Formats: sequence, C-alpha cells, structure tokens
Amino acid sequence: MKENTYILAIESSCDETAASVVMDGRTVLSNVISSQIALHTLYGGVVPEIASRKHIEKINQVIETALSEAGKTLEDMDAIAVTYGPGLVGALLVGVAEAKAIAYASGKPLVGVHHIEGHIAANFIENKDLEPPFICLVVSGGHTHLVVVKDYGEFEILGRTRDDAAGEAFDKVARAIGLGYPGGPKIDKVSKEGNPNAIVFPKAKVEGAIYDFSFSGLKSSVLNYLNHAKMMGETVNEADLAASFQKAVVDVLVDHAILAAKEYGFDKLAIAGGVASNSCLRAGMAAACEKHGIQFYYPSPIFCTDNAAMIGCAAYYEYKKGVRHGWDLNAVPNLKLGER
Amino acid sequence: MKILGVESSSLVASTAIWEDEVIVAEYTVNFKKTHSQTLLPMIDEIVKMTETDLSTIDAIAVSAGPGSFTGLRIGSATGKGLGLALKKPLIHIPTIEAMAYQCYSSQYMVCPIMDARRNQVYTGLYTFSKGMRTVMEPTAMDMKDLIGEINALGKPTLFVGDGIPVYKEQIKELATVFCCFAPAFMNRQRAAAVASLGALYFTEGKIESADEHQPDYLRKSQAEREREEKEKKNN
Repeated sequence: MKENTYILAIESSCDETAASVVMDGRTVLSNVISSQIALHTLYGGVVPEIASRKHIEKINQVIETALSEAGKTLEDMDAIAVTYGPGLVGALLVGVAEAKAIAYASGKPLVGVHHIEGHIAANFIENKDLEPPFICLVVSGGHTHLVVVKDYGEFEILGRTRDDAAGEAFDKVARAIGLGYPGGPKIDKVSKEGNPNAIVFPKAKVEGAIYDFSFSGLKSSVLNYLNHAKMMGETVNEADLAASFQKAVVDVLVDHAILAAKEYGFDKLAIAGGVASNSCLRAGMAAACEKHGIQFYYPSPIFCTDNAAMIGCAAYYEYKKGVRHGWDLNAVPNLKLGER
Repeated sequence: MKILGVESSSLVASTAIWEDEVIVAEYTVNFKKTHSQTLLPMIDEIVKMTETDLSTIDAIAVSAGPGSFTGLRIGSATGKGLGLALKKPLIHIPTIEAMAYQCYSSQYMVCPIMDARRNQVYTGLYTFSKGMRTVMEPTAMDMKDLIGEINALGKPTLFVGDGIPVYKEQIKELATVFCCFAPAFMNRQRAAAVASLGALYFTEGKIESADEHQPDYLRKSQAEREREEKEKKNN
C-alpha cells in the first residue's frame, strides 16, 4: 500500500492566486501565494474583474512552483483539490476550470472544497494534536461565523454576522480614518500606539441570538465620532480611535466565543480567517482562554490569509471520506458552510 | 497531427478534435447552462467517443477572445490546465478570426460581429483569396462606424455572429453595399473552425506555453476604464 497521500490544492476565491502540495492532510510541502493586494489598493478594495484577470495570468506559474517547491510532480499526486465557493464567482471559476482540467488530463480524482472549511482546517496544519470536536471562530473580510466543528467536514453554525463581516468593518473604518486598504493590518498597526479605552463604543448584541454578531452599528458610531469631531473642529487621535474600535470588535468576538465554549462544554477553541492574524484578537482570546481553562489554537498568519495549504488540508479529510466531484463542478459563490 | 479545439467565448460551448485534416469529432451546445458545467464534460464525451488518448494530442487551440470575459476565462483555464497536465503547448486563436474562417472561400467579404454591449460589437473584416486575408484586425467598435467602414470599402459583405439578431435591421438600413447573413450551421462560434485554424497556426510554429496563454479581452475592465477617465479629468 502506498504510504502517503499527496494533494495538489488550488485556491482563487478572492484576490490571492494560490497553490499548495499537502502530504497526509497536515504536512505542507509547499504553499505558494501570489497576492494582488498592491493592484487592488489603487481601487480601495478588490475589483472582481481585475482579480479574475490576474488569476488567469498567474495560475499555471503558481501551480508549477507549488509542485517544484514540494519536490513533486503531478504524477505523484493522489487528488486535485480546489475551492469552489464561497467567493467571487469569476475568480472562483478560474481555479475550478483549471483544477478540473488538470485532474481530468492527469486521471486524478477531483475534490471541491468550501473556502471557510479550508480556513478552519488551517488550524490542523501546525497543531498536530488538534482534532474535532472544538469551537471555531471564523473571522475574515467576508465572513464572521462561530461554529462547532463536530467532526472533519461536519459543522454546526452557532452564530454569524447579521450585517458586516468583522474584516469588512475593519476595512470600512480604516477607509474612514484615512488609513487605506487593506484595513485590518493597518488598524492593527496603528492601534499599537493608541489607548484602547480612550473612546467607549457600543458592543452590539443581537436580540434573541446570543451568538450572532452585528458590526454595522459600531462602524456607524465610528463614522459619527469622526463627523462630530470634524464639525467641532477637533483633531482626532487616530491611534486612540483605531485602538478603541478594534477593542470593541475584539471584545465581542472573544465574549461570544468563550460563552459558546463554556455553554457547549468544549475545552478547545480555535480561530481562523484573515482577521485571526489580528494581534489584539490573538492576545485577547489567549488571555480569555487561559482564564477559563480552554486550550487555544490559532494558525500562523501565513495560514490565516487566503492560501491553498488549508484547502489541501480540508480536502484530505474529504478525500478520505470518499468525496469526489465530477467534471461539471461549478463555482458556487454563496456556498453555505457544511453544504455538500 | 492532432489538435483539440476549445471555444467558450460566447453563449456557445464547443469542442472539437482535428486529426490529419479531418474533424473526427465536434460537440457544440448553444444552451443556457454555464460553460463551467458543460465544457469539460463535452471534451470528455468526444475524447471517449473517438477513443482518443489525450497524451497523443499535439496542442490545444483555444478561442482566446474577444468575448464574454468569464466565458473566455473558463476556456483559457481549461486549456491551461490541460496543457499543464499533458505538457502540451496552446494555440492562441483570435475568436473573430476563427468565426471568419468558418466562411472559408466566401466570395463576399466576411464580417464577424459579436454583441459587445454598449452599442458596440467585437468585429473584424476578412476576404478569401489564396487563403484568408485580414482587411481589419479584431477590434471593439460602434456598429455605425463599422457599417461606415464597410460602405467605404464598397465590398459585398457576409455577416456571422451573435451580433446579427441585435444589429440586422440597422445593417439593412445603413449599408450601401450588398449584405447577407450566414445560415445557422455557420453563424455562431464553432470549435471545428478553432481547431482547423489551430492546425494551420501549429504548422506555422505559432504556439505558446500553457503558462503564457491568456485571453485577449480587447477591452479593459470597467474599474480600470473609470479610473483612467477620472485621472484624465483631474489632469
């Protein structure tokens, strides 16, 4: 019997063209990411058509590099994995069409992967001891979900955002303060110079849904604060404002995640997604977990951002379960978590 | 020699295998299903039907635009993926040229028109005399300007493409030369023409690597156009 399982994974759901070779689900042999951030900065956010054009330009090079950095050939692969949703439809389609053609022409099985399930699986890469079940908070530019990871590929959504995703709130507030795009890392950096208790912003609770989130009210409060200061001719301390906003977001994320862990009796909690790189969230969650005797897991920043290693990791467990997709696999831009 | 042709620049999904001057298979669907769902299963079908060993294909000819941005990318990514896995080159076929090639040896000048929205068509002009001659390279232009160009050339013209139902009346009204419209079997994109032209390009050495290949949109993205206009205004 063959000893190891190798998966070539492809990810193109938003503005990163990525490919990776993953061995046995948890060993990353290569993780190539071609980022388009500089390009989209010109427009203050991701432009779907430009993202799709960049994907088609870069995709073969990224895949070839992933294989060569892993020291493997396509023939060595056991399966080809690809993100098929959620995300930008035009962007997803590039990866999906490419992966299907590669799998077809090389006679390998195709495994379609849910982007968010990939983010959650990113935790398995560096935490070899982590196994389901556990609580996971998924926070990114497009998603804010609090989920129970019941088993590999099995999820129960406890809460989600009712309006803006956490990362989206970071982007919008960063733009309002004048920090630019992408907002998350910029606010994180500026906040280090500020006082997080300088301004008290409301922490929105959603009536009747204790695990749900709402960030649009908080975003409006920041905008109102800025407008008020402008009208009064006062100068705004940007660092204090950013730090106070960040604290308000992080406090809610931490409170809900800890509450869910306690309520459902889990002693393992993980975070995932682009916002999981936020230093304030990491520190806040680490402290809260320690206080409540919960083991805290988080991926390195390189596995928090959109990447294909996490897709290869999630794909491995799907592959083991026998999940195979056909040559008619389509991109599903609003694919729901846990949907098959 | 064996060439796989792939066409997905418009509503039509089409794929064909050209083998030593013969189209051994062609599969064309003009239906509302997305190319993402149809194109690869169609390739699989003709490959199976003709018992083709994919590794014996010499190159993949892709209809590379202009056309629907997403449609072009599905065809391109499919071609690039096949090329990568099979270690075969790609052939970049201008869509407009392949459409004209379908009317090979037409006594009239051939004018493919693809509806490009915003009152424009993707078009080009071709004549046949000892092979295909390019009168006007593929471009995006206003329909009125195109008719003006054809009138100025003073040549009877055969139109092909999905621009016909949109602009037929306007052509009839404004054209001062004889104009006719291709019948159904040749009035939309077909991979048989892409593969045939591909074979010609291949023998001329006009190939590219799967990595190099990308669509030729003939148009910038809306965001880029708007940004450039804004910059122009500010200067």
